[in-house]
Amino acid sequence: MPLLSVKNLTKSFGGLTAVSNANLTLNKGELVGLIGPNGAGKTTVFNLLTGVYVPSSGSIELSVGDNVRKINGLKPYNITRLGISRTFQNIRLFKDLTVLDNVRIAMHQNVKYGLISSFFRLPSYYREEQEVIKKAESLLEIFKLDTKKNELSRNLPYGEQRRLEIARALATNPSLLLLDEPAAGMNPNETAELTDLIDWIRKEFNLTILLIEHDMSLVMKICERLYVLDYGMIIAEGKPEEIKTNKRVIEAYLGEEVPHA
Amino acid sequence: MEQFVQQLINGLSLGSIYALIALGYTMVYGIVKLINFAHGDIFMVGAYVGFVSITYFNMGFFPALLIAMLFCAVLGVVIEKVAYKPLRNASRITALITAIGVSLLLEYVVMFFAKAGVRTYPENVLPNLEMTILGVRITFTQVCIFAVTIALVILLQFIVHKTRVGKAMRAVSMDKDAAQLMGINVNNTISVTFAIGSALAGAAGILVGVYYNSIDPLMGIIPGLKAFVAAVFGGIGIIPGAMIGGFSIGAVETMVSGYGSSLYKDAVAFAILILVLIVKPSGLLGKNTREKV
Amino acid sequence: MKQLFSFKNLKYSACVVALFGVIQLLISLNIFDDYYQITIATICINIILAVSLNLIAGFTGQFSLGHAGFMSIGAYACALITLNINSNYSFFLGIFVGAILSALLGFVIGIPTLRLKGDYLAIATLGMAEIIKIIAQNLEFTGGAAGLSDIPQYTNWVWLFFFTAGTVVVIKNFINSSHGRACVSIREDEIASEVMGINTTKYKVLAFVIGAFFAGIAGALYSTYFYVINPGLFGFLKSVDILVIVVIGGMGSIRGSIIASILLAIVSTYLQDFPEIRMILYSLILVVVMLAREFIKTKKINLDILNIKKYIKTNGAR
Ligand SMILES: Nc1ncnc2c1ncn2[C@@H]1O[C@H](COP(=O)(O)OP(=O)(O)OP(=O)(O)O)[C@@H](O)[C@H]1O
Ligand SMILES: [Mg+2]
Repeated sequence: MPLLSVKNLTKSFGGLTAVSNANLTLNKGELVGLIGPNGAGKTTVFNLLTGVYVPSSGSIELSVGDNVRKINGLKPYNITRLGISRTFQNIRLFKDLTVLDNVRIAMHQNVKYGLISSFFRLPSYYREEQEVIKKAESLLEIFKLDTKKNELSRNLPYGEQRRLEIARALATNPSLLLLDEPAAGMNPNETAELTDLIDWIRKEFNLTILLIEHDMSLVMKICERLYVLDYGMIIAEGKPEEIKTNKRVIEAYLGEEVPHA
Repeated sequence: MEQFVQQLINGLSLGSIYALIALGYTMVYGIVKLINFAHGDIFMVGAYVGFVSITYFNMGFFPALLIAMLFCAVLGVVIEKVAYKPLRNASRITALITAIGVSLLLEYVVMFFAKAGVRTYPENVLPNLEMTILGVRITFTQVCIFAVTIALVILLQFIVHKTRVGKAMRAVSMDKDAAQLMGINVNNTISVTFAIGSALAGAAGILVGVYYNSIDPLMGIIPGLKAFVAAVFGGIGIIPGAMIGGFSIGAVETMVSGYGSSLYKDAVAFAILILVLIVKPSGLLGKNTREKV
Repeated sequence: MKQLFSFKNLKYSACVVALFGVIQLLISLNIFDDYYQITIATICINIILAVSLNLIAGFTGQFSLGHAGFMSIGAYACALITLNINSNYSFFLGIFVGAILSALLGFVIGIPTLRLKGDYLAIATLGMAEIIKIIAQNLEFTGGAAGLSDIPQYTNWVWLFFFTAGTVVVIKNFINSSHGRACVSIREDEIASEVMGINTTKYKVLAFVIGAFFAGIAGALYSTYFYVINPGLFGFLKSVDILVIVVIGGMGSIRGSIIASILLAIVSTYLQDFPEIRMILYSLILVVVMLAREFIKTKKINLDILNIKKYIKTNGAR
């Protein structure tokens, strides 16, 4: 049973069809890349999977435990509860909050104490808050951000902001993690480090990962399978080596040199 | 039926005034995405300038109208330069709070100098004529209000569609950065927009003065809000929308006063506002848009 | 449990109790006459209003211009109950019913209007408060435009203190809980918040309801302290008054709201005989604070840009 299966997914904005009839399957534990030229519709796919946009047509099914749930049309927070989490291409941290708070907010859905406990600081408040802090700190440690937990996230250097976004996404306890250009703006050293980190968290947290990336060194190194998107359509699917030599893919990328009509 | 037509005529004159104020709201919102809360108070200042020109300088209606428009245009530009320009990249809330501040400032500065009480316009600014057609009473003042409004709107349409400044205004409201790249002077264009919008509000102020005779420093708040309702109703940022909105709100208001209770006429306007915002925030003529992620 | 009795909490509690004691003493020794006491009541009521508006506007980022509307619900409910029910408990019943009604109204209004963003929400809440005012002006049992008078004066310094301190503690606790953080994340980035699992609609409405609840309490205290109320007291200008306090104290700062409440109450007591000058001052402060805030903020962004450049210089291009 695949973790995620997407059938005939379509999204149009007025006259523009950003994603058209895309089919996509992710198996448990896979690390799959989603690549394609600028404006191909990759981020739109993420927005559809996470409920930020509502699909024009098609279906998205996620297996949750032993059940298969249709998730298109659900609100983003419901989808997150079912186990999909993501980062954003243009970092969207809670900029004026601390690093720790960024992670703690993402853990909110697992907090059980109620409003009354929070108003009057009943024992359950203290108990759970301590737990939350402990978990958040151990997560930050993995991303080497524990020493900066009290800094405002807007003051972190760029690379650390990207890492914090991944940490925040993991704090929601996902089974499927969507990473939108995690290496964008990083230098080769940082990219190499990040590549290892992604590979490591996948095993450590038992994750399935779908990853958008323009940096081919990263993609070729860790992705087991690739989907190639062009003009909203999936034009190829396969192992990295196969994709490298696929004629349509090469055309799509070369075609990018010529301005789109 | 006669009463209905009578209310409609009354609604038309009131609606003209709302339309004139709403135009300024809509133009400013279209170009800088700011709800210029002080706009209603510029209308009030226009009424006071008209009052001073007529009672202290013995001017006629039309010279006073011109002076009021001119004064308000300058006032609008000064406010924009001093208070709004530094906030052009700030959040909309920051700009709105500032606009509320400017609004209060205008109200209480006028109150400080003119005192809180009501001032009355002289009775005979416009000839006290009226005619009765099939039982429907129309005063000369009403005709004047309507005529002045139509003339100003035609002038505005001409400026917006046929002149370079108008073209620049449309370009800036579509895409400020692109307009800048195309060599349009964005700052000047915004100033012109504030000048025109404020001049229209000033005209509305003096029209209200001659129509209702009494003015006071807080007179701008409610008409300002209703004009905003009108602008939203027609689709904020859209000039013809403001006209339609203004006349609609004016008509609804006189109908509510005529057939229901005049005590609730303001409540109805706000209810319309909330309904429109919730059901179709882009207004009658607007298109819906969604944030890109 | 240990944290509850931490040094910091004990220190705060000691200060608060001392403050209460000192003022109580000054009142019972008649050193604080009626004039002072009215100022103190104004301060307390304004603190409740400002802190509760701050929860909505400053922490959750939902800009409301109708806070006085909620206040009026509490004021009228409590006044009507204390006027009509003659019992030892009518004061508490009045406060309770006022707060609950106000919260309920916040819920009913919040659900449709909180879908709106920023300035549109501000205008919609303003419209709602005006509608409440107009209704109060026209109903018979609320006394129409003249309002209600001879309301029993139950509120005294003890109750003012109790409710003010209670409001501050409860709202502060809420903000420092997971639920409160959920609210703050909406202010920071609504889309990211929703994608991180926060039911943003729920928390926006919740903040609105809690804010309305406490505004209702403030209204109830107002009516049973000043014993006359009329719809005009709860108009747009009152909402702006509260907003001025929140803005000057700092959006998202409870301490700031408290300090600003005290300062502005003192200023307006001195300027009581010159209402125009008071309002000119308020409006100037509002404009200047907003301009200064933005100025500092853009400065900071510039500094950040410098940092990024430095960062690229040292770490990039190797
Ligand atoms: N909310 C929206 N409204 C209108 N058009 C949109 C919206 N979101 C995306 N688009 C359009 O859909 C197309 C695909 O955009 P998308 O962001 O998915 O591309 P992408 O593959 O992620 O590109 P890049 O590599 O540059 O990030 C683009 O033409 C974009 O302008
Ligand atoms: Mg993208």
